[in-house]
Amino acid sequence: MSETVSEKFDAIVVGAGPAGNAAAYTLAKAGLAVLQIERGEYPGSKNVQGAILYSHALEAIIPDFRDSAPLERHIVEQRMWLLDESTSYTGAHFRSEEFNKPPYNRYTIIRARFDKWFSQQVRDAGALVICETTVTGLLKNEAGKVIGVRTERENGDILADVVILADGVNSLVGQRAGLRPDIAPKDAALAVKEILFLPKEVIEQRFNVSGSQGVVIEIAGSITGGMLGTAFLYTNKDSLAIGVGCILEDMKKQKMTPAELLERVKRHPAIRPLIEGGEMKEYAAHLIPEGGYNALPQLYGDGWVMVGDSAGFVNAIHREGSNLAMTTGRIAAETVIELKTAGKPFSAANLAAYKARLDDSFVMKDLKKYAEAPDMLLDNPHMLGMYPDFLARSAQTMLTVDGIDKRAKQREILARLKQKRSLWGIIGDAYKFWRAFK
Amino acid sequence: MHIVVCIKQVPDSAQIRVHPVTNTIMRQGVPAIINPFDLFALEEALRLKDKYGARVTVMSMGPAQAEEAMKKALSFGANDAILVSDKIFAGADTLATSYALAAAIRKLDETRPVDIVFTGKQTIDGDTAQVGPGLAIRLNAQLLTYVSKIRGIDAATREIVVERRAEGGVQVLASKMPCVVTMLEGSNEMRFATMPDMFRAARFDVQHWNRDAAGIEDIKQVGLKGSPTVVAKVFAPSPKAVKAEMIPGETPAAQCTALVDRLFAEHPKLAADLLKHLDSLNHSPEAAR
Repeated sequence: MSETVSEKFDAIVVGAGPAGNAAAYTLAKAGLAVLQIERGEYPGSKNVQGAILYSHALEAIIPDFRDSAPLERHIVEQRMWLLDESTSYTGAHFRSEEFNKPPYNRYTIIRARFDKWFSQQVRDAGALVICETTVTGLLKNEAGKVIGVRTERENGDILADVVILADGVNSLVGQRAGLRPDIAPKDAALAVKEILFLPKEVIEQRFNVSGSQGVVIEIAGSITGGMLGTAFLYTNKDSLAIGVGCILEDMKKQKMTPAELLERVKRHPAIRPLIEGGEMKEYAAHLIPEGGYNALPQLYGDGWVMVGDSAGFVNAIHREGSNLAMTTGRIAAETVIELKTAGKPFSAANLAAYKARLDDSFVMKDLKKYAEAPDMLLDNPHMLGMYPDFLARSAQTMLTVDGIDKRAKQREILARLKQKRSLWGIIGDAYKFWRAFK
Repeated sequence: MHIVVCIKQVPDSAQIRVHPVTNTIMRQGVPAIINPFDLFALEEALRLKDKYGARVTVMSMGPAQAEEAMKKALSFGANDAILVSDKIFAGADTLATSYALAAAIRKLDETRPVDIVFTGKQTIDGDTAQVGPGLAIRLNAQLLTYVSKIRGIDAATREIVVERRAEGGVQVLASKMPCVVTMLEGSNEMRFATMPDMFRAARFDVQHWNRDAAGIEDIKQVGLKGSPTVVAKVFAPSPKAVKAEMIPGETPAAQCTALVDRLFAEHPKLAADLLKHLDSLNHSPEAAR
């Protein structure tokens, strides 16, 4: 078991998700000897996403990705909806012709297809990709520097100058090596999604789009039953992706199963007519690290760096994750290439450059901006429940024409608010909200 | 000794998922795998490689993406891999498939004589079990089907002895080589590839043989043209109207007793046999100890 493969690599990337692929591709393209090890049967078999592809992150890695990547629709319209439990919804739509001008800013993708493509790019760039192989631990020298990985296979110890951990939200390798703790239930969201197939024409009609135009709908409100979470509905070419995710701790408390929660979203009158008749072709669930800035572990050490979900790089407020994964993967790889070119060792002191570059990028700046948001929302569940419901009921009252004068209606609305929350409570909420999102 | 193992890439029916709420089948993203029955054939061939130093070539007829299956077979330790692939082969039934594969094996035999051709008992997508026998006829080789074990090979007399599962028992058969062997499921367990073999397979250049390379001249015998099979209709069997019934009872034990009583009442022979069996157990030497 412990015998070592004679071949040594410049870098080993653990995991073939967006972060691992971005790192492996960047390294291989620069001519480094790269081994990428994936636990699943094929690259992408363990991956789940909504899924929106943010062009900027991939563009920085593969500038001409649009020529060959399997893309579904480019986004021209974003809707932000607040859904109550089962009756009404309020929301805002933003649609702009600016989003219709190529090169497009965002696309919907189907990850099964996209990941296959991305992995092929990694192989074509020259990386050796090995699947169905679990990394069971990290090899260290006497000084404690990581010098390679141990796999479950015979003769499965492999040496490398540096190991990039891109092994996903649970990062079992990172955990076992003591590089990070297990993810806390308050820092993880459990998300489920379905892909529902509908004829292209039906999607175009229901969402008022044509050609490769698409719509994304991000959803919050008491539809999640007081649990902290959001839902989404995205348009693909001839399918819709619909999903919902909530913080694990809340789901445990409410004993809610993900399937039940998704059914509730699908039954809501705001959603039901949009997805009606869709034939379900895929059902998937995954954990999302949503702890944000305050939950980030140590990101580098002697001979290793951590990227993507395994380090918790997700901006839960803006529903961004894969772009952070790709960017951290790329920046880690660029740091490795720089050190390699300069002939410097992969010590913690030298790999600190990775963290410094991240601090300088949108990744850390955005995570820092919303550092307090996850805990604030978790501690104040009424923010995403009571207020949206109040808004919906107020609209209901004002827009119902029934012979009651408008001032009386306003008094009724105010009375309802006071009943729910004291004036000081409202001021406190506003302050907390401002602090967390400023 | 040169062994050819014929494999097929099939959709992994075990991974066709069913939605927890609607109970509908979800085909999207179902990965392609090596036909599970073929893995028993491959492992048996690899054991002969370990034991007699045989050379193992895997062969498949299929589209370009079947190369993944070939690489997987290589990772287990096969020496070489040939993918017989040509647009003209599309839509082949078992008759046309065995024709193309037999031609390719004959071509291979010219440079390195083939002693045994292994296949799985059948595939999990077609379930016909016809390609193996088809190869034997076309190659004019002995046919050994439903083989559960290779007892041994005598290189001097070119004789192979196998165990064949037949109705009511096991036949021990001796045959001359060359021969075609179709392996039964459960006859062995596929090995776990070593890391060096994983590297070798990932870097291996799988040979692609088109119809010319495979020595196929008569294109009317391959692909859709060479396939007399017509699929008239594909349908899902309608669910049987079986009613569920609750067995009443105060405790689980009482429910169990009631259930056993019901089963014995409906199947008196089963009851009698079971009682006889229990009786014999009570009087066996082991029970006495």
